[in-house]
Amino acid sequence: MALQHLLGIAELTREEILTILEQAKRFREVLDRPIPIVPALRGKTIVNLFFEPSTRTITSFTLAASRLSAQCLNFAVSASSAKKGESLLDTVENILAMRVDGVVVRHSLAGVPHFLARRVNCFVVNAGDGCHEHPTQALLDNFTLLERFGSLEGKRVLIVGDIAHSRVARSNIICLNKLGAKVAVCAPPTLLPVGVEHLGCEVFFRLDKILYEVDVVHMLRLQVERMGAGLIPSLREYRQFYGLTRERLSKLKPEVVIIHPGPVNWGVEMDYDVKEMPQTLILNQVKNGVAVRMAVLFLLAAGRGLLTEEAGSG
Amino acid sequence: MTAEDIKATVSRLSEEVAARNQDIDNLALIGIQRRGVPLAQRIARELGKGSVPVPVGSIDITLYRDDLQLVAETPLVRGSNINFDINGKTVVLVDDVIFTGRTVRAALTELLDFGRPQRVQLLVLIDRGHRELPIQPDFVGRFVKTKRDDLVDIYLEEVDGKDEVVLTRKG
Repeated sequence: MALQHLLGIAELTREEILTILEQAKRFREVLDRPIPIVPALRGKTIVNLFFEPSTRTITSFTLAASRLSAQCLNFAVSASSAKKGESLLDTVENILAMRVDGVVVRHSLAGVPHFLARRVNCFVVNAGDGCHEHPTQALLDNFTLLERFGSLEGKRVLIVGDIAHSRVARSNIICLNKLGAKVAVCAPPTLLPVGVEHLGCEVFFRLDKILYEVDVVHMLRLQVERMGAGLIPSLREYRQFYGLTRERLSKLKPEVVIIHPGPVNWGVEMDYDVKEMPQTLILNQVKNGVAVRMAVLFLLAAGRGLLTEEAGSG
Repeated sequence: MTAEDIKATVSRLSEEVAARNQDIDNLALIGIQRRGVPLAQRIARELGKGSVPVPVGSIDITLYRDDLQLVAETPLVRGSNINFDINGKTVVLVDDVIFTGRTVRAALTELLDFGRPQRVQLLVLIDRGHRELPIQPDFVGRFVKTKRDDLVDIYLEEVDGKDEVVLTRKG
């Protein structure tokens, strides 16, 4: 089989996910070397096309490409002709005419990466499309959990917060299910999409009912920029009912793992105390993100498939 | 080569390495994935008899290959593991077979990303000729005259469940 693009976790089989994560382990080792750069993608050019603001994702992809010796071009929409009314396809065709090997795209509209993948002759990686999917974030989250637990089979994972606007939650629910975890979500009814349970998760409205029984707490960022008015009464009330507060911390399972895709609204979805806890793996997620993205770029750019034996040249 | 031949050859190679490197405390072995690794471990065991253990690492050259674009499918990365300092050491790179020399070229490039050894020596079980780069091993188990498209299959107990070297002539 051949993985041509990475558009969403939904398109990946369990074996493909595990192959990417297994390869990411090798790249994690590369990042710890005295010289953390390998020549694997020398001569390749990758374009980061970010139509939405991003700090850590674009930095992570840029670093991943650099660590593989690929050239990386960052296309910031605020300084581009898209601001002058150029269409998405025009923008991309013009960039591809400059001969690039891959496009990493983020857009506020769901489906943009799929649209591009059908029209360009290079690989496409979805770095977040609207409220749809954010596959590399889910992969790095699951990589971080696997690093801690070894296997996710039967582990109870609770995703808390703004599920409705979260592509991270969607990709994670699909990924966790494929890796055998039991997923639950918890949010105010206004922040839960209709039919979320059909993705394969239990639904809770009261955090205190489930929080203390789970192995993983995945706190989501409250995406105020995507919200209409009136979805929550106030940030203070949200914290009271759905925040990982100091009081709640003391009642968690001792071996629990806390993750967050960042950036954290400290004092809203989490109290600052959480940062200091050994169970909090937010910075591990960031480091693992580079390794996971290296694996994805390598698998897509260096060949045309995932599962093959090495053919040494002697 | 039979299992007995391989055992005797590994033993002789170990003696040659010991004779060339009197300062065994400063020696390290690094096997090239996959079959170079068990060979390096076997040689380390021989060298370690009655003296200090010689550290063994492994190196996977997949990310340093110069022919990735020619390979139809993406090779899987097995990973390198060198958990000791190679700066100032004499490193013996170990591989099962040398052919074009490109694997060793890649291994040397990768090795130098881990540090600056004082010197690097190359040990191979089989030299089958047909070099495309000016790379020659310091220690050779056996020279085998081959045609370019002949196959040299090396089986080692740790990977394949048996010790054997088989030459298959084509045409």
